[in-house]
Amino acid sequence: MSTSTVDLQHDPHGHGDDGHGHDDPHHQHHFTTMEQQFDTSKIGMWLFLATEVLLFGGLFVGFGMMQARFPEQFKEAHEHLQRPLGALNTVVLLVSSWTMVMGVLSARTNQRKKLVIYLIITILCACIFLGVKYFEYSHKFEEGLLPGHYYTHHGDKIATVNGANGYATFFSFYFMMTGLHGIHILVGIALLAWIAVRGNRGEFNSSYYTPVDLVGLYWHLVDLIWIYLFPLYYLIS
Amino acid sequence: MAQALTHSDPHIGDRPRPAKNYLNATTGIWSWMTTVDHKRIGVMYLVAVSSAFFVGGMFALLVRLTLLTPSHKLFGKVLIDADTYNRVFTLHGAIMVFLFIIPSVPGSLANFVLPLMLGAKDVAFPRLNLASFYLWCTGAILAVTSMIVGAVDTGWTFYTPYSTTTQSSVGLMTMAVFILGFSSIFTGLNFIATVHKLRAPGMGWFDMPLFVWGTYATAIIQVLATPVLGITMVLLALERVFNIGIFDPKIGGDPVLFQHFFWFYSHPAVYIMIVPGMAIISEIIPTFSRKTIFGYKAIAYSSVALALLGFLVWGHHMFVAGQSELATVVFSALTFLVAIPSGVKLFNWLATMYKGNISLETPMLYGISFILLFAIGGLTGIFLGALSTDIHLTDTYFVVAHFHYVMMGGTVIAFIGGVHYWWPKITGRMYSEKWGRIGCSLVFIGFNMTFLTQFFLGSKGMPRRYYNYLEQYQPLHAFSTFGSWVLGMGLFITAAYLLASLRKPMDAPDNPWGGTTMEWLTSSPPIEHNFEEQPVLEHEPYDYRPRVKKHA
Amino acid sequence: MEWFRSIMLPPQGSAFAGEVDTLYMFLFWLSAVLFLGIGGAAIYFAWRYRYTPGRVTPHITHNTTLEIVWSVLPLLLCGVIFFWGLNDWMKYAVAPGESMEIQITAKKWLWTFEYPDGSRTANEIHVPINKPVKFIMTSEDVLHDFFVPDMRVKHDIVPGRYTQVWFTPTVLGKHHVTCAEYCGKGHSDMTATLVVDNEPDFKKWLETGGDDWKNYPPEKWGEMQREQKGCATCHSIDGTKGQGPTWKGIYGTMVEMNDGKSYLVDDAYLQESMLQPNAKIVKGFEAIMPSFQGLLHPQDIRGLIAYIKTLK
Repeated sequence: MSTSTVDLQHDPHGHGDDGHGHDDPHHQHHFTTMEQQFDTSKIGMWLFLATEVLLFGGLFVGFGMMQARFPEQFKEAHEHLQRPLGALNTVVLLVSSWTMVMGVLSARTNQRKKLVIYLIITILCACIFLGVKYFEYSHKFEEGLLPGHYYTHHGDKIATVNGANGYATFFSFYFMMTGLHGIHILVGIALLAWIAVRGNRGEFNSSYYTPVDLVGLYWHLVDLIWIYLFPLYYLIS
Repeated sequence: MAQALTHSDPHIGDRPRPAKNYLNATTGIWSWMTTVDHKRIGVMYLVAVSSAFFVGGMFALLVRLTLLTPSHKLFGKVLIDADTYNRVFTLHGAIMVFLFIIPSVPGSLANFVLPLMLGAKDVAFPRLNLASFYLWCTGAILAVTSMIVGAVDTGWTFYTPYSTTTQSSVGLMTMAVFILGFSSIFTGLNFIATVHKLRAPGMGWFDMPLFVWGTYATAIIQVLATPVLGITMVLLALERVFNIGIFDPKIGGDPVLFQHFFWFYSHPAVYIMIVPGMAIISEIIPTFSRKTIFGYKAIAYSSVALALLGFLVWGHHMFVAGQSELATVVFSALTFLVAIPSGVKLFNWLATMYKGNISLETPMLYGISFILLFAIGGLTGIFLGALSTDIHLTDTYFVVAHFHYVMMGGTVIAFIGGVHYWWPKITGRMYSEKWGRIGCSLVFIGFNMTFLTQFFLGSKGMPRRYYNYLEQYQPLHAFSTFGSWVLGMGLFITAAYLLASLRKPMDAPDNPWGGTTMEWLTSSPPIEHNFEEQPVLEHEPYDYRPRVKKHA
Repeated sequence: MEWFRSIMLPPQGSAFAGEVDTLYMFLFWLSAVLFLGIGGAAIYFAWRYRYTPGRVTPHITHNTTLEIVWSVLPLLLCGVIFFWGLNDWMKYAVAPGESMEIQITAKKWLWTFEYPDGSRTANEIHVPINKPVKFIMTSEDVLHDFFVPDMRVKHDIVPGRYTQVWFTPTVLGKHHVTCAEYCGKGHSDMTATLVVDNEPDFKKWLETGGDDWKNYPPEKWGEMQREQKGCATCHSIDGTKGQGPTWKGIYGTMVEMNDGKSYLVDDAYLQESMLQPNAKIVKGFEAIMPSFQGLLHPQDIRGLIAYIKTLK
């Protein structure tokens, strides 16, 4: 059933009433009401998140197949990952998700200052995450734990047979998946900064906070993907 | 009394042509390059995909010309060598699949017509729509670049380990495909949101035109399947650059795993190709039969069924690839299941024509051609779904013929029919009906000459992607090549008279075909904001019962 | 009926081929009937209900019974076809225990076969009639596919693992073998010949490579071997540079190797090139030629040398 019914008797041109007078500058012409616009934006965002899940999903499947092929090498390789750092990153992202939620709430309740503060803290958490990742990656580079044919680590228990190096494959996936995730964090930082600037300018209020909400959804997904990555790589034995 | 716009409005058809329409409302190339009007974007897509079709078609003619004789000679000189031939057929496939057929109907016709059919002013995310188009352009540039710097010779399917080890420009092409994938994803995302939220007052789900249902089902596939293609391309590229060891057996990888990843997208992709084509036919048949569509719900549900079942059958491309026996059996069974919804549509269209009042203008000629050609394509799919016959027929010309019947005899025919059907709405002009019939006849005859023969080539044992072949196959190859010339001529003629119609003054009526869907309520071409007043739905879809006019 | 079958399908080289053909012909006639029905209806309706101005069409929106009928009946038909195909396929999928095993190694763009007794051939195999033969296959580089149209069997050959295919040939004579998985430049040249012999001929061939060579002068036999054993894929006879050096005009000349040394191209050099190709690599080429040790009988080597001598 359509939710976009229009009362033509009172509103012959079907522009709708956004509750703030006639023309909210954010009201796009093809939507009847701001509510319809907001709902539609959310649908779009959820669909985009679905595509992200499938994108990462392919990598999860690939990882699974390769783990089935090299179970011992994967087990031994994952010992090189630094659990405390991974756990720290998990906590950092969870905190950032909480501050993001608080940011959305602030926008919705017209609290401009709080919105900006929460967004800044979220960005800081993201930077901490990336900083920790930098240390983790440096450690791997030092040890020669690199993807594919760049793998130079010595002292692995199982020898490479017929060119098949399960350790190298593990680290290929490690860098691919944490790398892709890291790129999403970077993009997230850019988006958070953008809405922080806009929020600071007072663009968001209780009748229009769509960008904050959508970036929030994106950020939660990025967090969620890490929640799957962390146990898969760092914890499962 | 409300001023709502409906088909029974007494002034429909009388209204003066608006001076400003979407084409001339703003002028200059910058206004086109920065447009967020779905109609302009649809027109740009139409030009873009038609250009891609032309390039892919030229490659096809070159393939057929090379195969005219086993010596590959024309006027005494060898046309192209094996290495070049491998690039030519790869490019033909890659361009046709990624640059033409997948974006064709959604990007051009659906973009133009969908909001109009819903009584909306635009799609849900107009700027994203423009972004999709620019992503297409970027992908096209990368693909052309890859052609110039050495081209790809892996076949459009990029099977490993050939694709991970060949020197050709696989990296550029995989990047192009990745970007084109996102173009497709964003279009699908846009359409889903549009259908959910921007329907006219009074239009419930089962009041929407079937073209919308088809576009919606396609959009679901675009959103869910394409990311897997994206990640597959990334993995392929990384395998080439870093040797990560996933697909190349020399470093511990599994070549068959690539095929699973690839076909997990590429099988649903063929439903992205055919469902919009079927959706067009569901519009053309009732309009030109002047009769309500038979089995509206069945056709609507069958589109969704194809979208969902299409995800379950990818392994039928791999019956001899080395997947497990259990998988082989299961995929064959599911393949037979997915055949049913297509059959349901065919029967419903025929039932619509039964006791209709049928005129045979060009769109209807293409509609009937679709029924005939898609029937052959679908029936030959059964030969391939059955395990024992598939062993013999897979990887031969039989498969080539089958997919050309469904993709070209199906989607391309429907696409051309749709272009003719909505041509007056898009351009404000009528094309020449006489030339339309000539073009359609040549296309139909040429198509069958080219591809019917290939079933026999295949069943006789001619493998695909073959440059050299045994003398015994030469007569069939020659006949197929002659057919390609007839087909090419038909397509050129079609392009020519369509373009020629643009030189005429805009004189098309609002509703030249007597259609019952909302796009026919507005002028041809439409004004920039589509409708002067918000259209309201007042009748069932495809209702041809005479309606009481207010001022009879 | 047989005429239709013979214009659409290759000769039947095995009992399995006959079974596949039966299903194929059933599907062919079924498709013909269904196509004539569907296409015929479309064309008939277009004519019978052609446009007359002012005629109002009946408002028939749906018929649920009809929808069920034309969903269920095709489904049942598909079920029958599925089980029929499955039944035949199961025979293809399981080789009999007593099959003779032949190892196939495929590489770009050459087939090598190895028999249980260790003999090896390239691009040509003989098998005894009426005895099941099972091929255990692997590739040294990319995907290939072993396809014997007359036997209606094919299967991909995957590097890094072994796949298999089997059949029981029932018709004497030559049958084509083609690679059916795109593998690059020489894909369409990667063909082989399967010869079905009766038992005594087969045994003789296995031991001596057969007597066929006695019917030809050595140069002619050499020319045939060049095609058959795959030399033609890499070595031209007209001076064009391929993966390997051209044979034109090389006999009796001095050729430089990639280590700077030069050698005379005589009989001994040519024989070494065939059996230990990596002992000397000609300058400007790579060490990619496989050894033909065990793949060329003495008469084959003699014939090739004789043939190369004739290429001035």
